[in-house]
Amino acid sequence: MSGQPERDDRNDRKDRDHWLARPENIRLLWRGFWVVLALTVAAQIFIPVKGHFVVDGWLAFGAVFGFFSCLAMVLVAKALGYSLKRDEDYYLKGGYLEDMEDRDA
Amino acid sequence: MPEYLPPAVILIVAALLIGPTRGHVRSAIVLLAPLATLWAIWQVPDGVVLTVPFLDYQIEPVEGSDLRRLFATIFAIMAFAGGLFSFRQARWYELAAANAYAAGAVGVSFAGDLITLFLFWELMALFSTVIVWAGGTPAARAAGIRYAVMHLIGGVILKVGIEGTVVHTGSIDIMPVLATNFDTWMMLIGILINAAAPPVSAWLADAYPESSPTGSVFLSAFTTKTAVLALILLFPGEPVLIWVGIYMVMYGIIYALLENDARRILAYSIVNQVGFMVCAVGIGTQMALNGAAAHAFAHIIYKALLFMSAGVVVYRTGKSKCTELGGLFRTMPLTTVCGIIGALAISSFPLTSGFTTKSMISDAAASQHLVVVWYLLAAASAGVFLHAGIKFPWFVFFQKDSGLRPKDAPWNMAAAMVLFAVLCIVLGVYPQPFYELLPYPVDYEPYKPGKVLFYLQLLLFSGLAFFLLLPLMQRTRTISLDTDWVWRVALYRVAYGIGAAAGEAGGLLRETVERIRGDIGRFGRRHLGAGESGQDRGVFSQAWPIGVTALWIAVLLIAYVVVYLL
Repeated sequence: MSGQPERDDRNDRKDRDHWLARPENIRLLWRGFWVVLALTVAAQIFIPVKGHFVVDGWLAFGAVFGFFSCLAMVLVAKALGYSLKRDEDYYLKGGYLEDMEDRDA
Repeated sequence: MPEYLPPAVILIVAALLIGPTRGHVRSAIVLLAPLATLWAIWQVPDGVVLTVPFLDYQIEPVEGSDLRRLFATIFAIMAFAGGLFSFRQARWYELAAANAYAAGAVGVSFAGDLITLFLFWELMALFSTVIVWAGGTPAARAAGIRYAVMHLIGGVILKVGIEGTVVHTGSIDIMPVLATNFDTWMMLIGILINAAAPPVSAWLADAYPESSPTGSVFLSAFTTKTAVLALILLFPGEPVLIWVGIYMVMYGIIYALLENDARRILAYSIVNQVGFMVCAVGIGTQMALNGAAAHAFAHIIYKALLFMSAGVVVYRTGKSKCTELGGLFRTMPLTTVCGIIGALAISSFPLTSGFTTKSMISDAAASQHLVVVWYLLAAASAGVFLHAGIKFPWFVFFQKDSGLRPKDAPWNMAAAMVLFAVLCIVLGVYPQPFYELLPYPVDYEPYKPGKVLFYLQLLLFSGLAFFLLLPLMQRTRTISLDTDWVWRVALYRVAYGIGAAAGEAGGLLRETVERIRGDIGRFGRRHLGAGESGQDRGVFSQAWPIGVTALWIAVLLIAYVVVYLL
């Protein structure tokens, strides 16, 4: 047991050192992400998107449509969640699983 | 001796041999049988190559075509990769069942008539149930029973449709039809149950995540995709399938967003992906059917890859709930990378197999001027990235640090994952040879700059939405009610209620019978029986004077005469 804290310390130091977990790198990743997002929209000025149905060829349509579709789906899921979500052992309370376990015992 | 042996026979023999063999021999069978099957599949030429008399019918166990070979090929590849993934970890009966299950899928692929199709269909139902049971927990056994009941009901409905079709048309051939009468509707419903279509989609997410870490890899591949093949063969262009497919697509996204169990998230996204294929079959043009077949092929690979990475996590940590996982990328880099490749492929990111196949379906909708369908599919593509593409790897491998430091995958699991990860990218980067295998000629260029840009915008901004909306998506230790509530709770209560009522009614009946019997006994004793002392004899057992008897006889005779004269 005496060796335990030392090993934990070493693990923690290693975690802090993992480049993906460091806060400054996460900030960097976010900045890079924003740049890429801006580039994909800006690129449409040079690369025309041939739309199938009028609006889908507009500037940044993919971006706006993607973002708001996801927003809508998350909100719908959240709203449905209020009525559909149950405790994770909801079905276990039915009793039949305990019956089976009893029979095995 | 028939010239062509059905390729499925190889897998059935392998399934029978896995039990009695041990050690390296068993491993060799698990790994080589799918490869031998793959070879046999490519020996099957076009057309019916084997007929066998059965009752009054000529059944055709092997009929070749591009479409059939394509599906059989991916089923055999899947059996190989699944075997590689699991042969050192899974129990022998799970491996044997997996081979029999794959044999069913390959058998359906080459089934030239409805009778053969049905036989292999049921083979799949039987042995997939065994794989669910191989999960080994009480929950797995209960889920397996529900799974079996659902598939047996589906099989019966399909059988009713097949019988009706055979009786009314006199033909057992597999021919494209539309759902226009009772027989064809029954066939369609029977097939759609296996495709996890509404209202019974719940069976899939109920059963698959209860199987073992290796079992779910096999389960993810065969049942729903043989259903897609059956739809392509029997119901191309059936309009109702478009909307069934759209519903499945949206259902998968919403339920996956609500879900906490990592493997259940993947199970819901099977329904979502099969929805794309069902929708494509409904559109029914050559391009759409190509898209459905190609997407099924690509989907089996990346979905198995995702289940493999989740399987490794479950195998190493024993946990599959997002609330208990996180931060695993530190010690499981290979599993993380393979999981991410699978996640990018399912999201149809450019340069992955999802992009080169799924975009065919969207383009097929566009070329048929199905405006609403196209926009819904585009929204769903964004939603796939949201619920599977980011959510799965984020909550399992990144998110918070759960403190878990599991080892990375064992070598055989790693090899299977790398194989499928490479296939995901090869099919995405260089799809032309694959396009050659599709059932119809392909005149399709997936990488038009404008289209790539559109999908990059769509997907990357979905990613942005995910990270901005993370506070709304914090995982809770919950499950979500689905239509299976009807049979797991409501019907259970009804049945329990009927049982209790019947018990009560039975008790009441018994009481009544007892009482009546007692009454009769008392009546008899009072009027007929001799009392114990002989003093209180019953009225009919007393001694009566003869005159009284003669009087009663006279009364009876008079009554008789009166009745006779009337």
